[in-house]
Amino acid sequence: MKAIIAATILGIIMMFAGFMSKDKKAVTTLATLLMVALFGVSIWEVMDTPASAPVSLFHDMLRIDHYALWFNMLMAGCATLYILLVGKEIRKIGSYVSEYFALIFFILCGVFLLTSYNNMLMLFLGIEILSIPQYILAGSDKRNLKSSEASLKYFLMGAFSTCILLMGITLLYGATGTFSILSFSFLSADMVNPMALAGIILIMVAFAFKVSAAPMHMWTPDVYDGSPTPFTAFMATIVKVSVFIAFLRLFHASFGTISTRWTLALSVITAATLLIGNVTAVFQQSVKRMLAYSSIAQAGFMLFAILSVNATAWQGIVIYAVAYTVATVGMFSVLMKLKDYTYDGFNGLAKKQPLLAFYTTIFLLSLAGIPLTGGFMAKYYVLFAAMQQGQLLWLIIFALLMAAISVYYYFRVIIAMYFKEGNAELEVEVTGADKFLMGLTCIIIILIGVLPQLFLNNV
Amino acid sequence: MILILLLILIPLLSGILTFFVKGNGAKGLALLSSFVTLALTAYVVSASYAAPLTFSLPWIPHLGTSISLLADGMSTTLCLLTSIVMTVVFISNWNKEVTNPHAFYALMLLAQAGLMGVFLASDALLFYVFWELALIPVYFLCSQWGGERRIAVTFKFFVYTFLGSLLMLSALIYLAIQNIGDNSYSWANIVHAGSSLSAGQQQWLFCLMFVAFAIKMPIFPFHTWQPDTYEQSPTPVTIVLSALMVKMGLFAVIRWLLPSLPQGVAFWSDTVIVLCIIGIVYASCLAMVQTDIKRLIAYSSIAHMGLMCAAVFSQTNMGLHGVMVQMFNHGINITGMWLIVSMIESRWGTRDLTKMGGLATTAPRMAIAFVIISFANIALPLTNGFIGEFMLFNGIFQGNSPYHISFMVIAGLGVILGAVYTLTMVQKVAYGNEVAQGAKSDLTTNEYVALAIIIVIVIALGVYPKPLLDMTSGFVSHMIP
Repeated sequence: MKAIIAATILGIIMMFAGFMSKDKKAVTTLATLLMVALFGVSIWEVMDTPASAPVSLFHDMLRIDHYALWFNMLMAGCATLYILLVGKEIRKIGSYVSEYFALIFFILCGVFLLTSYNNMLMLFLGIEILSIPQYILAGSDKRNLKSSEASLKYFLMGAFSTCILLMGITLLYGATGTFSILSFSFLSADMVNPMALAGIILIMVAFAFKVSAAPMHMWTPDVYDGSPTPFTAFMATIVKVSVFIAFLRLFHASFGTISTRWTLALSVITAATLLIGNVTAVFQQSVKRMLAYSSIAQAGFMLFAILSVNATAWQGIVIYAVAYTVATVGMFSVLMKLKDYTYDGFNGLAKKQPLLAFYTTIFLLSLAGIPLTGGFMAKYYVLFAAMQQGQLLWLIIFALLMAAISVYYYFRVIIAMYFKEGNAELEVEVTGADKFLMGLTCIIIILIGVLPQLFLNNV
Repeated sequence: MILILLLILIPLLSGILTFFVKGNGAKGLALLSSFVTLALTAYVVSASYAAPLTFSLPWIPHLGTSISLLADGMSTTLCLLTSIVMTVVFISNWNKEVTNPHAFYALMLLAQAGLMGVFLASDALLFYVFWELALIPVYFLCSQWGGERRIAVTFKFFVYTFLGSLLMLSALIYLAIQNIGDNSYSWANIVHAGSSLSAGQQQWLFCLMFVAFAIKMPIFPFHTWQPDTYEQSPTPVTIVLSALMVKMGLFAVIRWLLPSLPQGVAFWSDTVIVLCIIGIVYASCLAMVQTDIKRLIAYSSIAHMGLMCAAVFSQTNMGLHGVMVQMFNHGINITGMWLIVSMIESRWGTRDLTKMGGLATTAPRMAIAFVIISFANIALPLTNGFIGEFMLFNGIFQGNSPYHISFMVIAGLGVILGAVYTLTMVQKVAYGNEVAQGAKSDLTTNEYVALAIIIVIVIALGVYPKPLLDMTSGFVSHMIP
């Protein structure tokens, strides 16, 4: 609860900071400090709350357990890293810097709600608090036509998917007479109300929209490509993985008992997501657009955690969330340094900026899932969970084939950096602080790959 | 025993260190590290002679994996091979100019660390990690220092092997979840889990695992990456690939596949042997018509690996023992071959056999070495290749399959064809008209030392193979009940 309140208050402080100071640099520094404070608060909350006893609030509408707090802390940490890495770039987008940062704090408030909701109304509230600031951020580069298009597209699609979610919640309420998610677990496989089942499928579709799973992924490439790059980095990582936690919580804690009824539909969504994400990414010429499709492909892997109703899946999604977020934020932070976002823009980067190229290689190896990086452990956990679940073997083999395809587009960047002649032009200077922070990001990636238990803390 | 861990750590740490060394220090450090590793390996070989050495450290208990290493006869033989080959490569490369030497030597050492890890790991997840780690440095080595088509060729190689390893990983996870605990990935547990599965499960698990190993070896029809990659890689990397990395496939079959999926092996072994034999004949025929000397040796390597793999799947003591001996010998011989090829190429500036000739008059010492190594390659008696190949054929002949005699006869064809293409190559290179262009110098000192090491091993093990046989016999006897 402390983190939710802190995120709101810090967001409001950020908003008013815009009146106090027009100095963009000062505002950025303030945002960084406040984000560190938020990280501190979330650490404090983890330490302060006993692992065994979940805190129940507002007539049990929120149930804050150790898992949620731990995940909140990791996301606050990732957000801190994100602000440190791309704060300078956010400054350049427009003139209302403090508002952008405020919106990021509000999004985090939504994230914290989504990890600990115990009631469908809270789920809806969380999703909306998470989404609406994103629509604004997507369009924050106001004079850019693509940014405006992204914003409008995201808003229409987001509103549409929210309607589907609401319809699902309504049907489920009609079937069960309650909004409390733990009460749904009485649903048993042999006697499911068709209305409840329809509701579950609609909720699944709405979640698929939010995590950009195929065939509800159409908005993703345009929105991610059109939005200002710093905000793409935020939307594709922290926001997306948090929605996954909400997805997992609902489908395991509430609908886990009737998993046989929805597994097939979700398996088809997973297979389609993997196929479309990976195959389409191969044909992209822009690295930014490739990362958009790669985020779809990675979502396909995260869907395995939803499909496997067991304890490993809960751990797997945490590892996946952190590994994917850190590597993708790192990748975007490199991208923002470059003038040209196509593959050719990376040509010869290794000669010009050996350290930057080395870091990029680590990020890409992690995204591709090579051992000793976080990406490997992430994929390993979710596949292990799926294997434990049984019956998903065809999907696992299919996913591995797709992972091999993913090597193609990730390694194209490595090939461009190291083995192609060229003069990769930098848009902004790479400072010592950048190098240090990217190095830190790499260390986190390797740490997840070698000692994943550090990031789990017995959740 | 902590020493086994050092076998991995020394190349790893010196590899990382080498990245930061400028200029000529890199190759010095690499050579020093390889010497230290060689000495240590020799000690481990002698220490593990009586009983296998083990080392264990907890890693990620809740995943059921630990850092556990095992140095028995087979793994120490291959570690010894790795150390020797690396030392020889560094010696022979001493007077060659390499662009970015620090990165080159660092990646070579990292590849060595990965290989050592693969051979020593007795935990399946650790094994998988090293299996991939050995690949990454080699990918960068080939792509950075290779020939003109290097990028596409190496990429094909990488994607092929990566796909194979992912399939293997899924099979390993499947075996590990059979009994989840703190040690579900340990060798004993994997073997126990696999052999208690039903025949049907073992059969498809076999397919998942074998594809990874078959791509690595490579076995027909998974071989298409190999000739291109060997041709395009710089010679030191070709040596690492053909002398060491392909052994990972055979090693993995013997260590992980045979004991854990006995019924799967029984079901598929005839199919695999047929594939191997097709590969032997097919590769030998292709080798005969090659004009590029590197491609010729690449195809001959496919034939040799096919023979070894066929002997593994004959599932006889003699065959398995022969494979372990031959893995070592083949590694030594092919290293010698590539060294000579690179010396010829650097002097004459060509790899085209039709443009070569007269090595015996211009560089007699090199020609003698070339002839000896070629003889070893076709397994002439009194060279090291003979004893291994003899045991391989003996093993295939004793096999359980009803077709064992026809297997043996057709595989034997490979030996005859091998003699044809190898001797034709020797004749074209060493004799005939002298080549006009190019330098005509004989061996330099470091090349002389490198080749001398190879030839001493070739002849010593050809005359007296007992030490090598003894090293590996302990392992064989507890492999097959």
